[in-house]
Amino acid sequence: MQSIIYIFPELFLSLSIMSLLMLGVFVKKSFKLINMLTILSLIFTIALVINQPDEIIKIFNNSYIIDKFSIFMKILTLLFCSFVLILSKDYLKNNNIDKIEYPILILASTLGMLLMISSYDLIVFYLGLELQSLCLYILAAFKRDDERSTESGLKYFVLSALASGLLLYGSSLIYGFTGSTNFEVIAENLDESNTAAIFGIVFIIVGLAFKVSAVPFHMWTPDVYEGSPTSVTSFFALVPKVAALAVFIRFMYVPFINVIDHWQIIIVFLSVASMILGAFAAIGQNNIKRLMAYSSIGHMGYALAGLATGTNAGIQSTIIYLTIYLVMNLGAFGCIFMMKRENVFYENINDLSGLSKNQPLLALSFLIILFSLAGIPPLAGFFAKFYVFMAVIEAKMYALAIIGLLTTVVSAFYYLRVIKIIYFDKPKKPFEKNYDWGLKISLILSSILILIYFIYPSALLDAISAIIIY
Amino acid sequence: MNFPILSAIIFIPLIGALFILITKGNQKNVEKNSKYVAIFSSIANFLLSLFLWFSFDTSVSDFQFVEEKKWIDGFINFQLGIDGISILFILLTTFITPVCIFSGILSIKYKIKEFLIAILVMETLMLGVFCSLDLVIFYLFFEGGLIPMFLIIGIWGGPKRVYSAFKFFLFTLLGSVLMLVAIISIYWITGTTDVVKLLDIKISQEYQYLLWLAFFSSFAVKLPMWPVHTWLPDAHVEAPTAGSVILAAILLKMAGYGFIRFSLGLFPVASDYFTPLIFILSIIAIIYTSLIALMQDDMKKLIAYSSVAHMGFVTLGIFSLTKQGLEGSIIQMLSHGLISAALFLCVGVVYDRYHSRMISSYGGLVNLMPKYAFVFMIFTLAALGLPGTSGFVGEFLVLVGVFQKSVIAAVLASLGVILAAAYMLWLYRRVIFGKIGNTEIKKMVDLNKTELYIFASIVFLTLFFGIYPEPLLNTINVSIDNLIDKYNANINFHIAQTNN
Repeated sequence: MQSIIYIFPELFLSLSIMSLLMLGVFVKKSFKLINMLTILSLIFTIALVINQPDEIIKIFNNSYIIDKFSIFMKILTLLFCSFVLILSKDYLKNNNIDKIEYPILILASTLGMLLMISSYDLIVFYLGLELQSLCLYILAAFKRDDERSTESGLKYFVLSALASGLLLYGSSLIYGFTGSTNFEVIAENLDESNTAAIFGIVFIIVGLAFKVSAVPFHMWTPDVYEGSPTSVTSFFALVPKVAALAVFIRFMYVPFINVIDHWQIIIVFLSVASMILGAFAAIGQNNIKRLMAYSSIGHMGYALAGLATGTNAGIQSTIIYLTIYLVMNLGAFGCIFMMKRENVFYENINDLSGLSKNQPLLALSFLIILFSLAGIPPLAGFFAKFYVFMAVIEAKMYALAIIGLLTTVVSAFYYLRVIKIIYFDKPKKPFEKNYDWGLKISLILSSILILIYFIYPSALLDAISAIIIY
Repeated sequence: MNFPILSAIIFIPLIGALFILITKGNQKNVEKNSKYVAIFSSIANFLLSLFLWFSFDTSVSDFQFVEEKKWIDGFINFQLGIDGISILFILLTTFITPVCIFSGILSIKYKIKEFLIAILVMETLMLGVFCSLDLVIFYLFFEGGLIPMFLIIGIWGGPKRVYSAFKFFLFTLLGSVLMLVAIISIYWITGTTDVVKLLDIKISQEYQYLLWLAFFSSFAVKLPMWPVHTWLPDAHVEAPTAGSVILAAILLKMAGYGFIRFSLGLFPVASDYFTPLIFILSIIAIIYTSLIALMQDDMKKLIAYSSVAHMGFVTLGIFSLTKQGLEGSIIQMLSHGLISAALFLCVGVVYDRYHSRMISSYGGLVNLMPKYAFVFMIFTLAALGLPGTSGFVGEFLVLVGVFQKSVIAAVLASLGVILAAAYMLWLYRRVIFGKIGNTEIKKMVDLNKTELYIFASIVFLTLFFGIYPEPLLNTINVSIDNLIDKYNANINFHIAQTNN
């Protein structure tokens, strides 16, 4: 019973899901209220997570872990989840999908993510994964009467179910050949000679690569990003990445650390392939959501490069990369939510043409965000890449570093293309200017953070340097 | 001295840019105020840098006005400092920026507020390059300059501006990412990115070659050297006058400065090893691009190609590794900064009036614009290195330096001087003399007061430093001696090591 106090955040979140569901059923037209309460409960959960003790705590028969890493990742998840909810309020209303289920589903999938992040056992991990995935399938298809949305929901469901199946198969192999589902025990029993279990690792990596949308398991990403309602896309681009990467790191560095020679090359391949595909495939895209999908694939490639190093510096660089990536994407989606004329949201990048004339400030923040995504100094995006390549070069993986940096040049091209449309092209009809205050605040916050990051880069580094996985 | 004067010089333009950004009100007032803010902050900065020059101690070879702040804990310190070489580039930058601002105010017709912000941000970044004493900080400023320059070319440029802006951005970025790999590698090899410490650390030979090549890839693109110079003519032609001026006068110099500070300072053995490569590329650049310049019918393109040729002299001088050669290349960079800036302004003057850069559109301008013809003549002669202008001092010293290393290289480079005379004089003849070929240009008026003042100041400096280069030489003297001493000591150390 002692250990119950350590899962207060999760408990609180589940209780609020249930009570909000009740509230939604019995009070009519309560979307606004529930949305607000959802954000509040997320913020309260953040407070609970922050208050968790500093030392490493393993509870429930070593199947659940609370350490600095999980606390940091949970805070990221919850924080950006609430930002996404704030961002998408206006969009939901305009598209008539402001149903009470929406925030509740997001809350439920966030609960799943929290479980994933803290899991220290294959079964707990799988439960968390399924809880978040099931909610995500519904969210992708949330705009029921829209063909593209339903299609993307179905596509995501079929492919993701396959990936989950592979994960499960890999887990069962590992269980069979190491005799346990607990991460620590697996680590003890796993060595080079255990070929079948290494086979299992490959399956698990495939499943995880699918969740972070690394090439060659990225196929769902562009379609789902494009088809889902933009509010859901922004959720997809931000929040599940945290949990997926956290689990990825945990898996590689806790149970599988002894066979690093076997999995390292796979991760390097995933990373290089994602960077290259993310850079080249995005060049031809005209739909901004599709472009963001390929961009996120590329960014996951860089994050995985840090993961592939096998050092603590590498993991920390991945976490920094992820954090900065989240801030940048928050801003980018903030801008996408502002592409609105007479209650219709536009998605084609040519609609942005001449934005600098009509809305100079919006154009300026979009400019900052895009240059930062391209990794041009002195913006935050550069530092994200800088830390990753610091770690990569420390591990003497020069080829990975050079390929990675060369792909940034290619990917700079398509970000520049968007900037070109915003700044160099002739103005079109202006977008509306009556934005929601939440949208404004998120956008301003993210662009200012990106812009001034270079003044005091130690802040983020200090927060992360305490994180040691193994 | 406790006042952080270098930080002040670097960030005053940025603060000016912020002021311009937050000015609100009706269009006319905003534009007027932003012009005042831009002029004020850039001129204040120029005066501050003059003050810096006067309080600079030319008898010491160490870095002066050093500022150090913790930046990324235990890893990178935000470190600034200058020696005799960097201070001249700072002066050049702070002098050229107000010129650009005046020229922009005269010729830019739309989004003037944004233009001034871009120029001021650009100034901050360029000054940062010359002041930084840490490789990462250097890279930050070096690469950051791409953003405002991309926008300057892309927003206010000519008809093919999008293509040129992209080419400029991607070329330079491609060159620079390899430098980033090298910088990070240096950190892991030596444990620091602090330039002052690195200058005393002898990086082992095997690494030097690769690291040198990585830095070279970045500087060669930026300088630009043949065969990676192709972005420059495009960028120059399409950029607005002020953009071309910044590009030619300062941006190219960042690479020359990088060669002197980093390639020579950090990798002496590799510099020695690769000198023949640099010589060959520079000679090709001088002769080949001069020949191309002869055939241009676009004035800006002609000057752009001549820039490549002049930069060939700079690299020759730097890698001749003689005192005269190095001094010559620094003076060549400064004088090219002034002269090419002035030539682009000259083209800008006629372009603003008639909107054509083609040589064939003009002719006989001496009858319509005598003052302009006079100014243009001075800069034409300075560009071809007439004694008495700063162009001569630079080229002469470079040739003296190169002659000690390789007679053939010196002879071939002198060919470039002749070719420069050919294309510049031919350009001058076609534009200024002859019959007035085109009746429409008869409406063109001579230089107005602002233009005259801008040109007068540049003419003064060109002639002054042509006749009396002593202040410049005096400033760089000790630093260059120190550089060469260290370089030779390093080479000897490595030779001794290989012999053992």
